[in-house]
Amino acid sequence: MFEKLDQIFVTTLHWLVGFLPAALQPVVSTLICIAFVMSVFPGVFAITTVLERKILGRIQNRYGPNRVGIPFTKIRLCGFGQFIPDGIKSLTKEDIVPRAADKVVHFLAPVVMLIPVLLSYAVLPFGKNMTITDYDAGLLFFFAVGGAVEVSVFMAGWSSRNKYSLLGAMRAIAQMVSYEIPLILSAVTVVMVVGSLNLSEIVKHQNNYTFGIAHWHLFTPWGLVGFILFFIASLAESNRTPFDLPEAESEIIAGYFTEYSGFKFALFFLGEYLGMFAIIGLGITLFLGGWTSPVSFLTWIPSYIWFLSKLMAIVFVFIWIRGTLPRLRMDQLMNFAWKFMLPLALINILVAGIWHYMAADWQRWLVCSLIIFGAYAILGRGLMQNQNFGKRIYRYAE
Amino acid sequence: MSPFFIITAVVTLLGAAFAMSLRNLVHCALAMAVAFSGIAALYLQLDAQFVGFAEILVYVGAIAILIVFAILLTRSGEAPEKSVLTSGWMAGIAVSAMVFTMLGWAVLNSSAIPKGTPPAPVATVKNVGDALMTKFVLPLEIIGLVLTAAMIGAVIIALKEEKK
Repeated sequence: MFEKLDQIFVTTLHWLVGFLPAALQPVVSTLICIAFVMSVFPGVFAITTVLERKILGRIQNRYGPNRVGIPFTKIRLCGFGQFIPDGIKSLTKEDIVPRAADKVVHFLAPVVMLIPVLLSYAVLPFGKNMTITDYDAGLLFFFAVGGAVEVSVFMAGWSSRNKYSLLGAMRAIAQMVSYEIPLILSAVTVVMVVGSLNLSEIVKHQNNYTFGIAHWHLFTPWGLVGFILFFIASLAESNRTPFDLPEAESEIIAGYFTEYSGFKFALFFLGEYLGMFAIIGLGITLFLGGWTSPVSFLTWIPSYIWFLSKLMAIVFVFIWIRGTLPRLRMDQLMNFAWKFMLPLALINILVAGIWHYMAADWQRWLVCSLIIFGAYAILGRGLMQNQNFGKRIYRYAE
Repeated sequence: MSPFFIITAVVTLLGAAFAMSLRNLVHCALAMAVAFSGIAALYLQLDAQFVGFAEILVYVGAIAILIVFAILLTRSGEAPEKSVLTSGWMAGIAVSAMVFTMLGWAVLNSSAIPKGTPPAPVATVKNVGDALMTKFVLPLEIIGLVLTAAMIGAVIIALKEEKK
């Protein structure tokens, strides 16, 4: 019975498509899959916006939105209806385009942002047998379409003819290019150990249990380091605090989308959050076992519920970090990426190779952990050298 | 010819034509990114997944960005007043057509190229990776070394000169 519940979406899709002539079947099933992505993830986005405001409110000792519920009734739903008026507001606002702006590029930028982000959902395994296109090179596809986001950020920043937009775009591109390298290198370890770029294969490799605990890549020395690196890099890729320099309000208004309003602003907002979910989904697939359960006695819970709950758990950590950490400075950001994360990611690749070729007993745990710990200590000390971590001297504020 | 091929071919050619003829250099660079994505789509239709994705990752994600940065950092954003096409563009087209015919004639009559369509090779990403790590490992290493040398050179040029 649980097996049927797990496969309910797959069987429903096959049952629906079965009514059609054979020639139409691939097209219609693709359209249904697209509709699935287009309805589920913007829905998650809508809930996340409210959740984020509420959690940030809790962290800052205030309530956050708690009034709006279902329209025309007195049901409040703890404020979770807030996204409906928010959405209507942003859709009906006046769309202002600066007079000096490059009209065509200004119009295209949000579209170019959203399309690659939506494309990247095509290869994510949301559940058992629930990958939309099971590409052999799925991981490569994900990173390739992600590269187009940088072009859209440049288009938005450049076409607005505004110094804050251009500065924000420059910052965003520098940050994305720098953090893409540790992101990809930390994913390479998984590819080396699994021996496949196919994301379904990667999940299948983690779907084994010893003493009731799953073989997630997180539970190995290289996997732990890889996940932490991937997590930090994905924070930076999705422009979240403490890496939100591209849209630092106190310095450059809103970064590359300063000159966007109404519907286009909403598209940027949507694209940013969907990109965040996609990259978290990839992190879950690579290191946290995708749709598998962490312990063998909970395997009866449907796979898509596992995927979504892991996704929401990591989104919560993202919000928590946003409420906790201050913003980095640009030089700190770059130093951290190039002098700490990149070397650690390279050493992690070496460790994954050693792990792969050593016999599976306690010795490889010892060797791999020692290498990683040594590298971490040396790199950390190197990063702290020549930096004054004493009392901060304010030049102007005193 | 399938309709998909025609669509991607038209998009690629239009992108390339705009990249040559638009006045604003940033527009040209963006049009070139469109042409690169079109080429990647053509590779994907030939089932060459690795080349296709690498084309997007490297050309659209990195080289197009590099070009727009170079344009922004070296000249002001104003578009030139006069037409980009030089007066001798007719002669240019004639010369390029002649070169194309001659190269095409030479390629078609060459004995080095086997006649007829060879059977399509199975080029999965795994095969490409295997070939790169076994048969072509030396060229790969040499390219890596050359690129590293270029990067170190760029860093040295960009370094601040120390005051003596």
